[in-house]
Amino acid sequence: MSGGTTEYTIVEDGSFTAPLELSYPYKRTVGPVLSRFLTGLRDHRIEGTVGSDGRVHVPPAEFDPVTGAALTEWAPVASTGTIVTWSWQPSPVEGNTLQHPFAWALIALDGADTNLLHAIDAGSPEVLSTGMRVQARWAAEPSGSISDIECFELAERATGAAS
Amino acid sequence: MRDVAIIASAQAINAATTTATPVEMLIPVVNQVLENAGIARADIGFWCHGSCDYMTGQPFSFVSAVDALGAWPPIIESHVEADGAFALYEAWIKIQTGEVDTALVFGNGRSSSGDINRILTLQLDPYVVGPLWPDDRSIAALQARACLESGVVTERAMAEVAMRNHHNAISNPYALRRGDHTIDELMAAARVADPLRELDCPAHADGVTAVIIAAGDRARSLAKRPAWIRGIDHRIESQNLGNRSMTTLPSAAAAAHKAGVGSDKIDVAELHAPYTHQELLLTSALGLGESTSINPSGGALCANPMMSAGLARFAEAAARIMNGSADRTLGHASSGPWMQQNLVCVLEGE
Repeated sequence: MSGGTTEYTIVEDGSFTAPLELSYPYKRTVGPVLSRFLTGLRDHRIEGTVGSDGRVHVPPAEFDPVTGAALTEWAPVASTGTIVTWSWQPSPVEGNTLQHPFAWALIALDGADTNLLHAIDAGSPEVLSTGMRVQARWAAEPSGSISDIECFELAERATGAAS
Repeated sequence: MRDVAIIASAQAINAATTTATPVEMLIPVVNQVLENAGIARADIGFWCHGSCDYMTGQPFSFVSAVDALGAWPPIIESHVEADGAFALYEAWIKIQTGEVDTALVFGNGRSSSGDINRILTLQLDPYVVGPLWPDDRSIAALQARACLESGVVTERAMAEVAMRNHHNAISNPYALRRGDHTIDELMAAARVADPLRELDCPAHADGVTAVIIAAGDRARSLAKRPAWIRGIDHRIESQNLGNRSMTTLPSAAAAAHKAGVGSDKIDVAELHAPYTHQELLLTSALGLGESTSINPSGGALCANPMMSAGLARFAEAAARIMNGSADRTLGHASSGPWMQQNLVCVLEGE
């Protein structure tokens, strides 16, 4: 964990001035495992690590939940998957990838054995149900972060859409 | 092992908002618990505090709390970045070392300093979950739906939990939310984070709880009927929501087993389950049956003061022993999304 990127200026008398931001503006350094995962998202590639029991972890586990050993084997998974559970967010907050009402969901991506938490752009809770098929919608400007997946959308609705 | 008991407690009346500073909130409660125990400040061997810098938005904010204790002559003091119940666990261990015989434990938090549902986002995985900014209710709602759809809870059972806790809170002067509701009324209410309704969600509050624990004969000399800690255990689950059970609480079950919950009947259980479906999961994980009265205080649904709601459960469970209305009670504290951490304490009268 490192400090924030505070911008400062040196004024005429030689003293430093900097803005005061009342928050924890931490930036985190990701290790080799999450770095590979997040870099993959930038390139529209989703992959996970393979545990000692053969389970594919997406997002990747750095260490095996069973043995504690560092995980080094990777497996690609699809950008499509199935809704495992969902909830409705009627009032998006600052930082959400969507700024209109949307669903939160745990999604089992095809080829993964764990669930990924993300947003679903569904329009209304009435059309949603567990078990529905979804596919990733990629962000227009990737940044190497989890929000490079802007959200997921219902697969039948996404047919023919540019993605 | 040394026998250790809770011998006194005090709470602030939970408030939706307060203008008092953390120190101003602490002073009357710390003074009250000392008075309730009939012990002098100088006779406290160890002070242990639970609070969270993220609540105040200020690093090392807990240091100022020492102003409420009085640190001259020097005191032995510690802090956990957690609910005060976890500070009690540390104090219990401190007494086990034999260095001290008494400890004053306290937890405090002002939930109203910011948007609490957003502050709680900061306890999530900071790499692949936190950056999406899911709020606390949305995360709980994911678990609730999984429980509903798998059949381990029903909407009616959740409404019954809300009804019972809000009814019980009528007789709890410290509660923030209370009242009588019908099942029909509760089930007809609007969903705030589908499938959750407002009264399925905790009443976040500004609050303080303080407890004094003491060893052996010191406890017997300070209280008529100390609440003896017969078992205490803390278990944690993975931070990875996508690789956790949504319908069971293995950490709570493990803590209950280690604390010896099942070795005899529990008269009263005070559970720190912030959401209605979580109380149902927890009751099942702890192995509690019909003979146990759950949350006579109204629980965290009716007042969830961050960083002291768990310690308040311990205080309530101990009070039933000390007033003679129960012989064996359970205090529980939780922390993290989907009750990731569980601390279980079994209390008995002599």
